[in-house]
Amino acid sequence: MDNMNLTLKIWRQKNAQDKGKMTDYNVTGISEHMSFLEMMDVLNEQLINSGDEPVAFDHDCREGICGSCSMFINGEAHGPVKGTTTCQLHMRSFSDGDTIYIEPFRAKAFPVIKDLIVDRSAFDRIQHAGGYISINTSGNTQDANATPIPKENADLAMDAAMCIGCGACVATCKNSSAMLFVGAKVSQYALLPQGQVESKMRAQNMVAQMDAEGFGNCTNTGACMVECPKGIDLSNIARLNRELLSGSLT
Amino acid sequence: MASKVQGLTSIGRKVIMALTGFFLMFFLLQHLSINMMSVVSAELFNEVSHFMGTNPIVQGLLQPILIFSVVFHFVWGMYLEYQNNQAREIKYAMYKGSANASWMSRNMIISGLAVLAFLALHFYDFWIPEMNVKYIQGDMSGMLSGTEEYRYYEELVHKFKGQPIRVVLYIISFVMLSLHLLHGFQSSFQSVGYNSTKYTPIIKIAGNIFAIAIPAGFVLVALVHFLSH
Amino acid sequence: MATLDGKIPAGPIKDKWTLYKDMVDLVNPANKRNIDIIVVGTGLAGGSAAATLAEQGYNVKAFCYQDSPRRAHSIAAQGGINAAKNYQGDGDSVHRLFYDTVKGGDYRSREANVHRLAEVSTNIIDQCVAQGVPFARDYGGLLDNRSFGGVLVSRTFYAKGQTGQQLLLGAYSAMNRQIARGKIQMFNRHEMLDLVIIDGKARGIIARNLVTGEIERHSAHAVVLGTGGYGNVFFLSTNAMGSNVTAAWKTHRRGAYFANPCFTQIHPTCIPRSGDYQSKLTLMSESLRNDGRIWVPARLEDVEAIRSGRLKPTAIAEEHRDYYLERRYPAFGNLVPRDVASRAAKERCDAGFGVNATGEAVYLDFAAAIVRYGEEQATIKGEKDATDVRIKELGKSVVEAKYGNLFDMYKQITADNPYETPMMIYPAVHYTMGGLWVDYNLMTTVQGCYAIGEANFSEHGANRLGASALMQGLADGYFVLPYTIGGYLSKDIRTGKISTDSPEFAEAEANVKQKLESLVNNKGTKSVDYYHKKLGNIMWNKCGMSRNEQGLMEAMTEIAELRDDFYKNVSVPGGAYELNQELEKAGRVADFLELGELFAKDALDRNESCGGHFREESVEVGGPQDGEALRDDENYAYVSAWEFTGKPSDAVLHKEQLEFNDIELKQRSYK
Repeated sequence: MDNMNLTLKIWRQKNAQDKGKMTDYNVTGISEHMSFLEMMDVLNEQLINSGDEPVAFDHDCREGICGSCSMFINGEAHGPVKGTTTCQLHMRSFSDGDTIYIEPFRAKAFPVIKDLIVDRSAFDRIQHAGGYISINTSGNTQDANATPIPKENADLAMDAAMCIGCGACVATCKNSSAMLFVGAKVSQYALLPQGQVESKMRAQNMVAQMDAEGFGNCTNTGACMVECPKGIDLSNIARLNRELLSGSLT
Repeated sequence: MASKVQGLTSIGRKVIMALTGFFLMFFLLQHLSINMMSVVSAELFNEVSHFMGTNPIVQGLLQPILIFSVVFHFVWGMYLEYQNNQAREIKYAMYKGSANASWMSRNMIISGLAVLAFLALHFYDFWIPEMNVKYIQGDMSGMLSGTEEYRYYEELVHKFKGQPIRVVLYIISFVMLSLHLLHGFQSSFQSVGYNSTKYTPIIKIAGNIFAIAIPAGFVLVALVHFLSH
Repeated sequence: MATLDGKIPAGPIKDKWTLYKDMVDLVNPANKRNIDIIVVGTGLAGGSAAATLAEQGYNVKAFCYQDSPRRAHSIAAQGGINAAKNYQGDGDSVHRLFYDTVKGGDYRSREANVHRLAEVSTNIIDQCVAQGVPFARDYGGLLDNRSFGGVLVSRTFYAKGQTGQQLLLGAYSAMNRQIARGKIQMFNRHEMLDLVIIDGKARGIIARNLVTGEIERHSAHAVVLGTGGYGNVFFLSTNAMGSNVTAAWKTHRRGAYFANPCFTQIHPTCIPRSGDYQSKLTLMSESLRNDGRIWVPARLEDVEAIRSGRLKPTAIAEEHRDYYLERRYPAFGNLVPRDVASRAAKERCDAGFGVNATGEAVYLDFAAAIVRYGEEQATIKGEKDATDVRIKELGKSVVEAKYGNLFDMYKQITADNPYETPMMIYPAVHYTMGGLWVDYNLMTTVQGCYAIGEANFSEHGANRLGASALMQGLADGYFVLPYTIGGYLSKDIRTGKISTDSPEFAEAEANVKQKLESLVNNKGTKSVDYYHKKLGNIMWNKCGMSRNEQGLMEAMTEIAELRDDFYKNVSVPGGAYELNQELEKAGRVADFLELGELFAKDALDRNESCGGHFREESVEVGGPQDGEALRDDENYAYVSAWEFTGKPSDAVLHKEQLEFNDIELKQRSYK
């Protein structure tokens, strides 16, 4: 279909202080081959040509890996298709005449900066608290093959490391919990021998920072895993719980 | 890396929810086992009830732990719900919770509060009179007044016989308990950090069986006494 | 015309870097605490440099335009990273990696730099593993390798199809450690808009806070640019939407020479454009060419039928298909280098054989591979009488194991199932080998201003080999710059804090503000994207895969006219001192409109075909290589470094003559 007409209900907010509200727009001539963000480009071109301010939204790589795009579309983080980011969502998932709700990722820890752009620096601060292995970048480490790592653990670590830090887990969680994000990073390192050295401390520090940022508590609904564009598994949260518990008890 | 943790973390809080949950599930299991005895044999039920009601370890140790667990589980649960609610100040105009999580997991507070309301009724029915008889009136005999017969079975039957409203309330409550357990059972394991590709599916199945069978058992007891007397 | 001194250390090529490290001046740890360094960009190069410099004790201020350093576009690299580890025992060595890279770059890179790159490549892998980068491993627990880009050894390390992501997250984690220690001050959502030079030395930048729109002055003893490439001058590319040339271009305007701007890599296996609204192109790993056969219909009537939907590609008989790469390059077939494959696709599409609605797509077909793998599996499993359906089933599972994630990605974007129908692909701009000219120390022609990673020009010559960009970014940031910058800063230990109150800062800030205000006050009628798309069109048609004198001259005129029109008629809604994404774009497109002209000028000057730069005037005539690219070593074995003098068209050329002492120059042959 090359000529879809859509009604968009979009959150508009001038800046962090502004109250903001949902505003209705119509777009016409949308092709099913367009990506969702290209549809937004069409809307913005329309707005600019009519002298209005375009809708601000975060986006960069548009190939599903940078984690910038962050829209809550029709009640779901990154929209209705599972395993995709907003930039990889295509208009063929919608039909002519649809009404589409477009909102920012919402959480107290992700304050809105403008329109659909939110501040996700809380994620960075959690990483500062422990998202690293304390080694120098001197190049004088041991040979890369000096410590064999079981393939199974290496693969699980990779699965956890796929997180793109988009915040869909927080946005979708009814509690705005960041446990999947933190669990993924803690797991990646906990599964590798080089990360185990500081594993317990890492879990404690990252969780302490997560709490300080105002994210909610995890109640194991599993919504985060379903909406995660990279399919990060819930077992990573269990592993985080385990790391934290064993760190607290010993 | 140096430690920066002070006090209880959010994970610590949910672990306590899980541990009290485990204890309460264990309690449900033993409560049901005794209740089921009333269907099989009034005498057996009476004897075990008397034992539980007068044994110092049960009364002096397990009962306080139980009360603590119940109170803690509820108060903490509500506090966490409050906190979680605070974590998103502006709500979504459109939120499709059903697209990614079960009703049970999203509404533990509703099923939990329903169970709390039930507990009030249940305490009014059984526990408060029981405490009154034993510790205020000081009658530790367990006998119906003026007889040589245990009172427990009689009291139980009395509550359900010809009491359709109470039975219906009990059934509704146990449906809510079932919904609570359908999420709570497996969630407790996840909270304490247990998740394995091999056993988690088994835990989920066991949890579903537990969550349905236990409330069904309680409902059965109520129905038997409602219908058969 | 001045000649340029690359400051290549003396000695045999094998020992240059070692001797250099032994002799370079160091900065005392107590003094490092008093020295500030600005790092712009937080990709593999910028991120690794910021982390390492901070670790050494310098005070680092790092800037990125994204909301987090983790989102830099290095994250999108799929395939892998090369290193001369020789874990596979297949004859790899530092020398072989050096040789492959110089040859792959079609002999337009600097030998000494490339050798150093090959030397430190092994450290990168050790470093990344220690950081917790989850590279792929085999069942013995050791690191796995694959071969990549048509080289003869397996030296590519990878982490699924997300190697760039994992390496970047490794550098990001190293940065996080330093941010936590307070040694890196991180400025997210900040864009560098000018370089400040005081007494001939780079002493700071003017940056715009993209959230508040505020213009900020930041001073330092040295400025490092790890700001990536400029592929977005073509509008459509595989770069991120925000990737831009602004930081590098402003530095060029302040005196840094821009080298080889016309060297662009056009990658053959991208998902084709589906319409005019398209905002970016998606790359698919070239590993697909190991098993896919590239073809177009041999008859124009079949092309017509396909475009109108009357015919399915699978229904075209073998004899009516044109496997043009196999036809033209029997020795290498579908595995010819990126530039050759790209040009061949363009040639067929220009002749009218493109297979999608836009006429710009060719088929990449896995049907033969599926049958081949299926038969192999049937033999292994002892299924002698396997039916065709069974063989296809077995073959598909093999193809799925190898390329499953790429097939899924393709399906997600196009809604076609590549297991059943051939994929459609078309070349797209992917990487720019050109960039700021740097010497062996990675310093630009502005004292104290360094360029690393894709932002500089040095290691890849006229064509980059697969899996080498990640290697270069990390080599520069982790292992090269931290040494070379010490030599410069050791002479700066008595300078003390640099004030931002100097007239130079004031001038630069006023300049930036004036430009921003004139853009928002222009109140024209056309959007920024309108100009960006127009520029992209000119670039693609006249400075793309194949270039000629007339086209390049036209391009220069057209770009200059477009630039004038832009300043007259562009419309940028919103204000200058608030979050304004259109203004951000406008500033970037303004710089692309200048760079594009220099790009064309450079391509015009270089009347030879080398690597990704193909001049129609410079081809083999007669013989077995008839019509193929012809390099001209006698006249063009130099680096073109352009000096800004006011207008891109007036840029002055400086040549750095390239000397090849350790590698013999040869013409490429793939026939």
